[in-house]
Amino acid sequence: MTGFFQSLGLSYEWAWGVATVAGVLLIAFPLMLAVAMVIYVDRKVWASINLRRGPNVVGPFGLLQSFADGLKVFLQETIIPSAANKGIFLLAPIVTFTVALAAWAVIPFDAGVVLADINVGLLYILAISSLSVYGIVMSGWASNSKYPFFSAMRAAAQMISYEVSIGFILVCVVLWAGSFNLTEIVMAQRGHGFGIINGYWFNLLLFPMWVVFFISSLAETQRVPFDLTEAESELVAGYQTEYSSMAFALFWLGEYANILLMCSLNTLLFFGGWLPPIDWAPLYVVPGIVWFLLKTFFFFFLFSWVMATVPRYRYDQLMRLGWKVFLPMSLGFVVVISGYLMATGHYS
Amino acid sequence: MIQTFAFYLFAVLMIASAVLVITARNPVHSVLWLILAFFNAAGLMVLVGAEFIAMLLVIVYVGAVAVLFLFVVMMLDIDFAELRAGFIRNFPLGIAIALVLLAELVLGIGAYRAGEIVLGTPTGAAAPLIGAGNTESLGALLYSKYLFLFEATGLVLLVAMVGAIVLTLRERDGAHRGHQNIGKQVRRKPDEATVMKRPTIGEGIDL
Repeated sequence: MTGFFQSLGLSYEWAWGVATVAGVLLIAFPLMLAVAMVIYVDRKVWASINLRRGPNVVGPFGLLQSFADGLKVFLQETIIPSAANKGIFLLAPIVTFTVALAAWAVIPFDAGVVLADINVGLLYILAISSLSVYGIVMSGWASNSKYPFFSAMRAAAQMISYEVSIGFILVCVVLWAGSFNLTEIVMAQRGHGFGIINGYWFNLLLFPMWVVFFISSLAETQRVPFDLTEAESELVAGYQTEYSSMAFALFWLGEYANILLMCSLNTLLFFGGWLPPIDWAPLYVVPGIVWFLLKTFFFFFLFSWVMATVPRYRYDQLMRLGWKVFLPMSLGFVVVISGYLMATGHYS
Repeated sequence: MIQTFAFYLFAVLMIASAVLVITARNPVHSVLWLILAFFNAAGLMVLVGAEFIAMLLVIVYVGAVAVLFLFVVMMLDIDFAELRAGFIRNFPLGIAIALVLLAELVLGIGAYRAGEIVLGTPTGAAAPLIGAGNTESLGALLYSKYLFLFEATGLVLLVAMVGAIVLTLRERDGAHRGHQNIGKQVRRKPDEATVMKRPTIGEGIDL
């Protein structure tokens, strides 16, 4: 895109600046639109599984429900509790939202369609996703109210626990792909299974890691069955209890942007990103971004399916799963996979 | 131009937030300023081309260490009067520590200026590294030249971890209060846990 703006007569620096801003907007606006639609899909999926109708009043098939909700919260008054720590109280939703958007900078939507094609893309995502806990912890503390505070405590412990095993799973993928760059990781998956199937999921050693990664990404985004931070039966609404209007909406948008990010990571790391599922020439006629969005949407459907069918974990079960099951398992697989790769001469 | 601007932005923000860490009244604010300082340090690392270190700084310090700081500090019962009372009493100790740190800084820069050390030179030109990427060069150095030191560090950390677990491990007597046997819970069947009763009206149930 820099080249295009240079051809309009801008100097390289200005063209780069304009291209970057345009790229940011090109990612952020469709993402916000996708979040709005995905909330609608989520509610429709739960409704179907619960044998209800779901949103069906605003617009055709209720398609405009999310926009109506957005307008509603936009027109509401922002209420700041008098006991709250005002600065941090207002900063918390902004942090959540910004962090949720920032991680998208390194996601490749198609070959070469990426805002920042950096060497350490995967580490960047790990770093940014480890920041998302701050929004929750800050809001919980600044609200100066006991339920948000409990929620903040739970969030801090939960997210650290699952990040450790996510880190080891990423190590497994990086070992196989030989790069931290997400584009190279996707390209390394081409024809991985018997030379015809694109994706690391078709691999006896990496498939269990994908299962662990999927469950950990549920925990990382605080979806059911790991939504102890906003367990409505115990904590009212958890860290969001004291929030209203746009501040609440920012939490909401940030949460769904994070969920979409985790879905796209599942796609990129294990299901071949923008590559078609099978390495067969006619399938490459379909643009890569279509495959990428289809796969991401499939994972989003899995997320809502889990949400509608699974009961919430108890806190000790959550900790046990993270530390006593996933951590030893992913650590073991790092050893097994690196041993297998060395033994089969993967790097030579 | 943009590099210079970014450098001064990161450097000024980092020093300002580092000052605010120690001047902020509220410990939670201190930790949040500390996080901002870590962030700007990571930005400076990116500017010198050490993107791997920058990412590690964010993942390890901001993502894990500072979260634990915040976790502990949030639970403190803050008494501002008591905090200020301790200030005068601890002032000489603080000055002493500051002097030691200043002496170390001067000595460190002196030693750095005095002659070449293995990894870097006073002019800032780094020793030649293997390979192109940051990650590969670091890995190649750590797993070849500094293998022993690397493994020794791992052992030290392991000892620290075992120590922390031993310190907090309590032998529970009797009925193991709080211990959950997940296997037993999963194996439980409905007829072991519930009973169906059909009580006659006006009489209760004996459980």
